[in-house]
Amino acid sequence: MTDKDYFTFKILRYDAAEPDIEPHFQTYKIRVIPGLTILMVLLRIRDEIDGTLAFRSSCRSAVCGSCAMVINGKIDLACRTQAASFGSNTIILEPLPNMQIIKDLVVDMTPFWDMYEKVKPYMIRKGDYPDKEIAQTEEDRKKIDQYVNCILCACCYGACPVLARNPDYMGPAAFAKLERFMLDSRDERPDNFLQNVDSEDGVWGCDTVLRCIEACPKDVRPTDSIVGLRKQLVKNKLFGKGKNED
Amino acid sequence: MLYHDVLIVGGGLSGLRAAVGLCEKYDVGLVSKVHPIRSHSIAAQGGINAALANNPDARDDTPEKHTFDTVKGGDYLGDQDAVEIMCKEAPVIVYEMEHWGCPFSRFPDNTIAQRPFGGAGYPRTCFSADITGHVLLNTLYERSVYKDVKVYSEHVVLALVTDGNLCHGAIVLDQIKGEIIPVAAKATVFATGGYGRVYLYSTNALSNTGSGIGIPFRAGVPVKDMEFVQFHPTSLIGTNILMTEACRGEGGYLLNNKGERFMERYAAKAMELAPRDIVSRSIQTEIEEGRGFEHELGKYVQLDLRHLGAQKIMERLPGIRRICLDFIGIDPIYEPIPIMPSQHYSMGGIDTNEKSETVVKGFYAAGECACVSVHGANRLGGNSLLDTIVFGKLASISVDQYLQSDGFKPDEKLLMSKKAEVEHKIKQLNSGGSQRPFKILDELRLTMSNLAGIFRTKDELQQALSKIIELKERYKKVNVSSSKIYMNYELIGAWELESMLDVGHIIVLGALLREESRGAHSRRDFPMRRDAEWLKHTVATIGKDGEPNISYKGVTITKYEPMERKY
Ligand SMILES: Cc1cc2nc3c(=O)[nH]c(=O)nc-3n(C[C@H](O)[C@H](O)[C@H](O)COP(=O)(O)OP(=O)(O)OC[C@H]3O[C@@H](n4cnc5c(N)ncnc54)[C@H](O)[C@@H]3O)c2cc1C
Ligand code: FES
Repeated sequence: MTDKDYFTFKILRYDAAEPDIEPHFQTYKIRVIPGLTILMVLLRIRDEIDGTLAFRSSCRSAVCGSCAMVINGKIDLACRTQAASFGSNTIILEPLPNMQIIKDLVVDMTPFWDMYEKVKPYMIRKGDYPDKEIAQTEEDRKKIDQYVNCILCACCYGACPVLARNPDYMGPAAFAKLERFMLDSRDERPDNFLQNVDSEDGVWGCDTVLRCIEACPKDVRPTDSIVGLRKQLVKNKLFGKGKNED
Repeated sequence: MLYHDVLIVGGGLSGLRAAVGLCEKYDVGLVSKVHPIRSHSIAAQGGINAALANNPDARDDTPEKHTFDTVKGGDYLGDQDAVEIMCKEAPVIVYEMEHWGCPFSRFPDNTIAQRPFGGAGYPRTCFSADITGHVLLNTLYERSVYKDVKVYSEHVVLALVTDGNLCHGAIVLDQIKGEIIPVAAKATVFATGGYGRVYLYSTNALSNTGSGIGIPFRAGVPVKDMEFVQFHPTSLIGTNILMTEACRGEGGYLLNNKGERFMERYAAKAMELAPRDIVSRSIQTEIEEGRGFEHELGKYVQLDLRHLGAQKIMERLPGIRRICLDFIGIDPIYEPIPIMPSQHYSMGGIDTNEKSETVVKGFYAAGECACVSVHGANRLGGNSLLDTIVFGKLASISVDQYLQSDGFKPDEKLLMSKKAEVEHKIKQLNSGGSQRPFKILDELRLTMSNLAGIFRTKDELQQALSKIIELKERYKKVNVSSSKIYMNYELIGAWELESMLDVGHIIVLGALLREESRGAHSRRDFPMRRDAEWLKHTVATIGKDGEPNISYKGVTITKYEPMERKY
């Protein structure tokens, strides 16, 4: 064991319950072995050094979306990021931007979930259900694949420059979810449903600078959904009723 | 104090399904220590079983055949009436999930696709690539948003309030606000998932502590068959992240260091698709007899997918490939995956019947935290997602019946006195004791993995038992850095540790007493199944000093007389 195995972790500390104490970095030294993820480092710090450190985690396998944060300036999931992958032995950890800090690396996700709910993130059908499955071709199912992959980790939400200046903007994940249902051959929501996103707080707010795509740990491309929704809106305006209009 | 007709604890598949079934008629509150979408169900990969007979190779599949496979897979410890109910319900709930939007993979005739899974006579596992848990949980959460279910996220249940006969609700900690809230409810449903983190090597999420089993146990609710712990054959070395059984269902091989498909020696017919208990023991044996590979992260055998080809891997197992790339830097298209068996699932749990009822009136349990028992001594792959949704639904039906017939009012005094007790206990966790929670937990996990693992002996189990009793003693002096209840993850960890010690204790004691080998419980000193003495369920209830007292009860056999299990 040599000194160079010891990495310095600078972690942003702040507690909304004690607003008098300004956000500040606290430094911890941890021995890094190959394969050690940022999440494992955080767990070790909390277990062995500082029981008051707050961060979220659950699956530790990049599927539950709990542990998004800013790692050396880049937004990613702590559990899939190797500590030794930065070519530097100092690592800075900060909470996701565009949301209020509750404590340390835990942010208040309420606005994110509010936007999610706004798009009616569930399948809408008009008539009765068939006895068996609703038929769908594999080809049709594949159209929604990339949006289905979203784990709602809010990496995109934290990376979005529009949200930084307009907190009422709905954000990339909500549009990806909406497009997941718009493109689902089984969904029967009326096309005028898109009025909900036909505004600057909606799909027209996007700068299309693709930060959300860069930040997504699951290869979802929220910008594709925004472009798709915009096209559909234009089409509806030009040609009136769309496929699901009565 | 909060009031609800029904309190549901757990936002995984089981809890959400129960909530969706009740929320239109009753005032339902769903409490979950993580946001529902972060629940461990999200991680399920391979699929969910239902005899839909969609696969061209399975046109004559039926719920009866599914029942038989499940009973046999469980080494005849499952209650056959309950298994029958689950397998009959299976097509109903799979279609229901599809109707609610679940994007299942499809066959060329546009029906739900089905793949082969271990221990099943037919390819009956419905799936969505290798993210079946993800799509099911999203669908049910979406449904709960549609139905406007009241969810309390990041609220942890600390205690259950019962008077011995009746359940009155629970004591809940709101992590974000830092408040302890008594929740009065006419009916309470636990759907708190598994306890995998009691073991050092586990495929489970960090949140799977098993507090949802320890808490009712300490409130006097019996727990059942806890010695039956499933070890999944294929977890990635190092992190123990699961490599789904679908890898083998799609045709993957298991290889030892001689390049042999060693399953030929252990299950010549079923090969890699023998039930999990058998495959895990086979891998362990290969490793113990020197035919494994060495790595700084541990000994392993190989899971080889290369012959499936890039296209099939990208289409059917994209998540597995992503995990391999992210977590061990291996691309399974070009290299075999280094795997080892590790703890995966708990067949045992809160003692329930086929209606999700417990002996305490008004207290129900469903999903992995419950033991009906449908999985018996060993669960088949794809049957757990099924169990969670079916019994979540059946719990909602039972609760509905109970609430219709009962004018019961929860006892507020009882709730308040339990709250005071909880507050006192929290203070004690920060009163200068000498023991650190993580040390106790580390030792517990090591003990469980080393001494109560795939193969067991009397000697080792006895050592494990004394170790756990010692750890429980040390737990009395456990200390956390702060007694604040607001955003204090260390405190919650220390609180849950008590349950983890109880869960470990019950597993080890049940395993020590059960002098036979059945399903996942494999005793080197008693290698045979012994039906005459041991065809019975283990039931643990709390004794006056907090220790588990063990008794036994019969197994329900309807159509399938126990036979030797051959694959
Ligand atoms: C990696 C992996 C892959 C799997 N793949 C498959 C598969 O392909 N097919 C299959 O059939 N099965 C599979 N399983 C098993 C299956 O996923 C689980 O058994 C099932 O999802 C459990 O669901 P549940 O609803 O019972 O609990 P969970 O989804 O684990 O949810 C538990 C809930 O309880 C809450 N909770 C727990 N304790 C408390 C507390 N004290 N207070 C408040 N809330 C609490 C949690 O927040 C969570 O919301 C897999 C398991 C693993 C580990
Ligand atoms: S802990 Fe689940 S995504 Fe990181």
